[in-house]
Amino acid sequence: MNENPDTQARQIQDNLTIYYGPKKKFVTICAGTGCRASGSLKVKEALEAEIKKQNMKVEVLATGCLGFCEKGPMVVVHPDKYFYQHVKVEDVPEIVSKTVAKGEVISRLLYRHPDTKKTLFREEDLPFYKKQLRVVFGKNGMIDPAKIDDYLAIDGYQALAKVLSDMTPEAVINEVKKAGLRGRGGGGFPTAVKWEGVRKAHGEPKYVIANGDEGDPGAYMDRSLMEGNPHSIIEGMIIGAYAVGAHEGYMYVRNEYPLAVKHLSVAIEAAKEKGLLGKNILGTDFSFDIKINKGAGAFVCGESSALFASIEGRAGEPRAKYVHAVEKGLWDKPTVLNNVETWANVPLIINRGADWYASIGTEGSKGTKIFSLVGKINNTGLVEVPMGTTLYEIIYDMGGGIPNGRKFKAVQTGGPSGGCIPESLLDIPVDFDKLTEVGSMMGSGGMIVMDDRSCMVDVARYFLAFLKEESCGKCVPCREGVRRMSDILEDICAGKGKEGDVELLETMSQSIADGSLCALGGSAPNPVLSTIRYFREEYDAHIKDHRCPAGVCKALITYSIDPEKCTGCGLCIKVCPTQATSGEKKKAHSIDNNKCIRCGACIESCKFDAINVK
Amino acid sequence: MTKAISVAAKTRQIVKKHGGDKSAMIAVLQDIQEAFNYLPKEALKTASKAMKVPFSRVYEAATFYTAFSLKPRGKNIIKICMGTACHVRGASALEDKFERTLGIKPGETTTDKKFSLETVNCVGACALGPLVVINTEYHGQMTMNKVDKLINKIKEEGAQR
Repeated sequence: MNENPDTQARQIQDNLTIYYGPKKKFVTICAGTGCRASGSLKVKEALEAEIKKQNMKVEVLATGCLGFCEKGPMVVVHPDKYFYQHVKVEDVPEIVSKTVAKGEVISRLLYRHPDTKKTLFREEDLPFYKKQLRVVFGKNGMIDPAKIDDYLAIDGYQALAKVLSDMTPEAVINEVKKAGLRGRGGGGFPTAVKWEGVRKAHGEPKYVIANGDEGDPGAYMDRSLMEGNPHSIIEGMIIGAYAVGAHEGYMYVRNEYPLAVKHLSVAIEAAKEKGLLGKNILGTDFSFDIKINKGAGAFVCGESSALFASIEGRAGEPRAKYVHAVEKGLWDKPTVLNNVETWANVPLIINRGADWYASIGTEGSKGTKIFSLVGKINNTGLVEVPMGTTLYEIIYDMGGGIPNGRKFKAVQTGGPSGGCIPESLLDIPVDFDKLTEVGSMMGSGGMIVMDDRSCMVDVARYFLAFLKEESCGKCVPCREGVRRMSDILEDICAGKGKEGDVELLETMSQSIADGSLCALGGSAPNPVLSTIRYFREEYDAHIKDHRCPAGVCKALITYSIDPEKCTGCGLCIKVCPTQATSGEKKKAHSIDNNKCIRCGACIESCKFDAINVK
Repeated sequence: MTKAISVAAKTRQIVKKHGGDKSAMIAVLQDIQEAFNYLPKEALKTASKAMKVPFSRVYEAATFYTAFSLKPRGKNIIKICMGTACHVRGASALEDKFERTLGIKPGETTTDKKFSLETVNCVGACALGPLVVINTEYHGQMTMNKVDKLINKIKEEGAQR
């Protein structure tokens, strides 16, 4: 079914080697937001300084996100492709004098297989990467996103050249249709159908928009694409604009993503300079331009009509859905709105053909999907897998399972519109339809893994509190209904739940889903319904027994100290903000539950795991 | 020269930069906030006149989006990430700790104007959770024990400046 990802990576690598010359030495360092936060830019500076100091001429490339954020900052030394993890400034002199200068490997910086303890040399040997198929995301690590020449070196804008010279707009739409591409932003709507609608729609001008308002908490693949490979999105948009007959485009990017805005702006300017954007693209009579709009922190603006309102300079309130965006979108003109990941898939389909693309994935969901694998998981990061990969493969084979020997409880997909999937369903193949069938949804691709210390009622409460805040307030079912559901869940978590609350939540869910204006309200009950469906016993424990089995809901738990484990070190006494812990040195301590506010400071500081939560 | 005049002048400059275009409202508000660290009433009134948009519309946009603040904010802005990944790794305990340490709730500013506390839905750096962004710097794998040290460090640096 799949092309071996190794061959894929190698092919791109070969291209790059040609560009940089055979056997050319160069060093790449991940400069995605995650690695930057772990200090990768300082490492880059140190590398450059050290290389200069040792009188060498070796380029250091700051690339986009490599996906394995858990191990950042990551450095790859070419041509041998040695993959170093958790690189610190102190490691730099050794890397330069040994690996860069002589090609010697430094084993302490290599990844060690958690089971076999064997050291692994290259990215593609790592279990995290092995089962992935990184056709969209893999190029991040090969290029400096701020350099258009790097993108051109890996066949960038080849698809655009092909489209403009050999293909009619109809042929482009047909190719995308044959590939079976569906929207990556959550809905999974067939992309070609949207394009066709706009192409046929009356009204000028027409618009294409990239939705980079990645609002789902716990999802950051769009961010990493915008930061790491902005040209792939731009190229997709130009092709889409040609297909539907648009000459103006917008990129709507979250305010919280400053680096994405920066890299997209640089990329747009560079594309203009090369004649890939603007008037008469590549010498043809097709013209197209892109502007960037920054969001201002409103989750609802990821919804199409709210996003249009925001670009128009108004408050982002959605409108009723009987007016379709393909007919009346931005400024009431025909508009194609696709998620950034969808756009990044387009050049791939043109370059490698619809047949190749459609050979990846499942019956109804073609191609790959990038997921952000986060929460209680060993290998936090971004994974790109063929549609149809099982949750088990993603969480255990790539994600490396649950940390600290704890037990898996659920995986939350689809953001606030999705649901929690229990262990019994880990074997389901992940695609648009299957996830909806089990009461969750694909969403934009967030996968938040939870262990036995995560309370499912608290998770439902968390999402409803989120949605209550983010509801725009225009329609009553969402504004008032979500608020009431949130109140009930707050009560249950505070130990004030009543018999019948669960049934009431279920009835309300139906009304809110039926009556809301947009998808925010329409899917708002999902986190509640899915947790009731699979974890009803936890709701009962909260309501009937006034107990939080996971030990999360503060009103329902008490702390105590295990005298067997406590060594009397006094650390918990030092950190307790309410003086609830007490005891003599070297004797088991105790907690006064009248004073304890269950803040968790003692648990965090205790080195002997002596604090029990019940 | 009063402060109000300079606010108005700066605002007119910002509106002009965006070509006076009505659709640039959000961008104008973003630039105003960047210039003054919040949205002064005077600036909103000026923007309304300069862009020929009713004041009610400007106010609507300014209050709709969570990134905007109508109150002056502190010198250091602490944003606690409340994304799902951070939530399951203990973000709310961290929020409580910041509240206790600073004596303010999210959305408030300390009386000495040194710190503003805010929560943010997700900053998309989930591998580092729980995560706090102070001004533009990311602080990953935060623990309650690190909070006091971090706040003290910022206070000391501020005193030196």
